[in-house]
Amino acid sequence: MTSVVATGHETPLTIGGRAFHSRLMVGTGKYRDNETMVRAIEASGAEIVTVAVRRVDLDRTKEGGILAHLDPQKYFLLANTAGCYTADDAVRYARLAREAGFNEFIKLEVIGDQETLLPDVQGLLAAAVTLVRDGFQVLAYTNEDLVTALRLADAGCAAVMPLASPIGSGLGLVNPYGVRTIKRRLTVPVVVDAGVGTASDACLTMEQGVDGILMNTALAAARDPTMMAHAMRLAVEAGRAAYLAGRMPRREVAVPSSPREGMLD
Amino acid sequence: MSDRVDVLVNGQHRAVPRGATLLALIQSLELDPRAVVVEHNRAIVRRPELDRVTVAPGDAIELVHFVGGG
Repeated sequence: MTSVVATGHETPLTIGGRAFHSRLMVGTGKYRDNETMVRAIEASGAEIVTVAVRRVDLDRTKEGGILAHLDPQKYFLLANTAGCYTADDAVRYARLAREAGFNEFIKLEVIGDQETLLPDVQGLLAAAVTLVRDGFQVLAYTNEDLVTALRLADAGCAAVMPLASPIGSGLGLVNPYGVRTIKRRLTVPVVVDAGVGTASDACLTMEQGVDGILMNTALAAARDPTMMAHAMRLAVEAGRAAYLAGRMPRREVAVPSSPREGMLD
Repeated sequence: MSDRVDVLVNGQHRAVPRGATLLALIQSLELDPRAVVVEHNRAIVRRPELDRVTVAPGDAIELVHFVGGG
């Protein structure tokens, strides 16, 4: 095996038959302005960038579509079904997103609770089955429950995306064991989606062995989104490299790093 | 008979010329048909079909695009 150090990068992350070199995926929501967003995305090094499907504002009082600011030749657009509370709604949004003509990938969200934005796993599974049958590459946002993750993989999802903590919370990785277990048991890529707050969260998440991280608010709500995007890029790479390197065993007692021998009388 | 019909566009009532096509409707709203995805009474209408589908009174039309999101 050629080492990460020797090559400068490792094998690409393949999702739904497409290879990606960045393991950091970023959202495009909640930036204070589009210029800030564009600079942050650039600094993140992300290839996969998520977007939402919404009504065109007929009164033009608000900003127009995101594609005026984001080059679809440069970034891989991953549409989401954010805001959908039923499987039927999520399928409807996914089909509209696909009709935009960029790709067959969909980040599937079926939300079950307004306060926590935790997924409705029944609706999620139902929508996943329909969309996979419909030819979509489904990346399913889910919780850290192993059995749900297994069912999503069985349904043919291209990737399973357990949360680190609730969307927009910035609480970091609250259940490393759960995420690690999902990664260990699934053969499809596992990309942690939501909850990462700062670079150490991203690094710790990648150290669990997951294939990537998707984040939005951690960048958009940072005081300096571009600087945070840079930090996240390094953290994701560092966490990945540390995982591949294999950490030393934990010990409850000290072991000296310098020789015991050769001390002066 | 009025020469205009009432339809719902993105949840808003709009009076459009009787017999107008979806393409004409989109253009009358000063939107680029290549930049929107169109749903007509819950069915997606592909771009090449937009000038072949006419609107009828009470139709529900959704015009969507990509916005910022996570």
